[in-house]
Amino acid sequence: MEQPILEPEMTKEYKKRLRESRKRLRSGRLAKKEAYWGLVFIVPWIVGALIFLAYPLLTSFWYALNNIRITPVGKNFTLVGYGNFTQILLSDAEFPVQLVDYILSTVISVPIIVVFAMLIAMMLNQNIRGRGFFRLIFFLPVIIVSGPILGMLTEQGAGSVSAVDTQAIASAISSVLPSIIAEPISDIFANLVTILWYSGVQILIFLSGLQKIDKSMYEAAKIDGGSGWECFWKITLPNLKSMTLLNTVYTIVLISTNSQNPIIELIKSSMFSGTKEKGYGYASAMAWLYSVVALLIVGLFALILTNRKDAYDRQAQKNRKLRRKEQKIKLKLERRSERNAAIIAKKRAQGKITSHRTDSGGY
Amino acid sequence: MGSKDRNGFAKNFAIYALVICIGFIYIYPLLYMISSSFMTLDDLLDSSIKWLPSSVTFANYAQAAKSMDFWKSFFQSIIIAGVPTVCNLVSCALIGYGLARFEFPGKKIVFGVIILTFVLPSQITMIPTYVLYSNLGILGTIWSFILPSMFGMGINAPIFILIFYQFFRQVPRALIEAAHIDGAGYFASFLRIALPSAVPAFITVALFSFVWYWNESYLTEMYVHGVLTDSGWTTLIIQLDNFASNYSSYATTAASAATSLNEAIKMSGTLLSVLPLLLMYFFLQRHFVESIDKAGITGE
Repeated sequence: MEQPILEPEMTKEYKKRLRESRKRLRSGRLAKKEAYWGLVFIVPWIVGALIFLAYPLLTSFWYALNNIRITPVGKNFTLVGYGNFTQILLSDAEFPVQLVDYILSTVISVPIIVVFAMLIAMMLNQNIRGRGFFRLIFFLPVIIVSGPILGMLTEQGAGSVSAVDTQAIASAISSVLPSIIAEPISDIFANLVTILWYSGVQILIFLSGLQKIDKSMYEAAKIDGGSGWECFWKITLPNLKSMTLLNTVYTIVLISTNSQNPIIELIKSSMFSGTKEKGYGYASAMAWLYSVVALLIVGLFALILTNRKDAYDRQAQKNRKLRRKEQKIKLKLERRSERNAAIIAKKRAQGKITSHRTDSGGY
Repeated sequence: MGSKDRNGFAKNFAIYALVICIGFIYIYPLLYMISSSFMTLDDLLDSSIKWLPSSVTFANYAQAAKSMDFWKSFFQSIIIAGVPTVCNLVSCALIGYGLARFEFPGKKIVFGVIILTFVLPSQITMIPTYVLYSNLGILGTIWSFILPSMFGMGINAPIFILIFYQFFRQVPRALIEAAHIDGAGYFASFLRIALPSAVPAFITVALFSFVWYWNESYLTEMYVHGVLTDSGWTTLIIQLDNFASNYSSYATTAASAATSLNEAIKMSGTLLSVLPLLLMYFFLQRHFVESIDKAGITGE
């Protein structure tokens, strides 16, 4: 048939059509319509993000570079560059101290809260009676926790349990550690209850994560002779990995935006302060410093948690390494055998080897 | 661990003991609050009385309620928490559906920004927003809470958007496509197919949004109540925050029967400000506790 003649044109035609159809696939009418409608649904968010996020964010940065004085005719801007920042960091009486306090207490209390939430969730995941009741109690703080209430309770001394002798713990800690670290730790013991109160949502998140783990994994591990301890490290923890990250971020955000946090009160008070160098610009600079620090803490924890390798990752890495090694050896052997075959063939061609096998090419 | 495992007695005992102890620590402040709110001044001063007051008195509650202007604050709290919650429901459901159902360019960026708005402390945008509201003339009115929540930027809105996103993703696409073939438009299929299947998400978001708006003191004081001047709007939580000064002004005006501020009155005030939420929690606790399982926040 004429196939040989037609073939090149066919492929050209075919390729053209393929290209066209692919183009149509890329931005077909349906897809376009769907994208359009998707944007229609998102439009409120886009408008909101522009008005209530992008605009204030940029303006806030501009404010931070200025000294703003409120006069009866309006706001009076004077550009001071990074003057606000240097003033806050070098000569503000409170902010640097509070910031360091905030960093230390967050870095210390976040792991405590997350680990505690995980422990409670694991206990509640056992077959105990009254599970619903305990869940009810552990979730209760989520409903009533708010800045003024916590403030009221700590003021009355209800923030710590009198059965736990916090004074003794505090003095024991400060005798061992330097005061800059000891202070936040003893603070944590003094406000044990309020810290535990932050873990309500996290407990439930861990609990629902635990219930999603396949029970047969534990059974298989038990059959293979795994202890409860090993089961925890090799099954429970790797399966809760994403939830740990979620809970950590949630905890940091909760601590950072709680109105018990002295820094945000400081920002508010300097915003409405009447002194010459403070005001909107100064407070904006504070807010920027604070937000950057908060984001850095979130980033730090996220980095630590995502880089941490669990049992599965380690095993997978080990296997990958092993396979790469095997591949290398295999390649080496192949190359050597090729080389040897070539040498033998060459020698045979020269007639140096006389073997009983006469067929050429064989080795 | 396994469902058919039987724990030994010692292990069981340890678990119960731990759970009960920690549970006690959890509700300790609440118990303390309740018991001391019923104490008379004599009971407070008597060091031998720790938990049970010798005689139950309701006078503390009466005085705390009067100084907090309880009913007015209570109804205003309901409005301040309720109206933005309704706006949150509408806007976050729309946005969540848009993200779950449609593919469009820049979707990843939208998610990134949503997560950023969750992590970013609100203080960074607070000052320009304050200026913006005062220029718009909505500072000190409830509109300063309604407006952002209409655009999916209310308090904790990123969480709500993600909850709705998770929920609407579970609605089978085939169902929506079938509705399309039967002639339903995009909005109709959203209203008729997606919404009815997302009732649990609506309950979750409504409850949490209400609780979080109710408990918010910092932003409420900033935008609605007013920091330097009193706009007339107030909530129970803000009244609690300024309890001491409120009480002293109340005590000087109401000359009769006002004792000086003591611990029992403070605790009564605290309990009064959380009582509505506590009652709501005990009636709706099933929805609260199961919501986290159902909402699938944990799926990401």
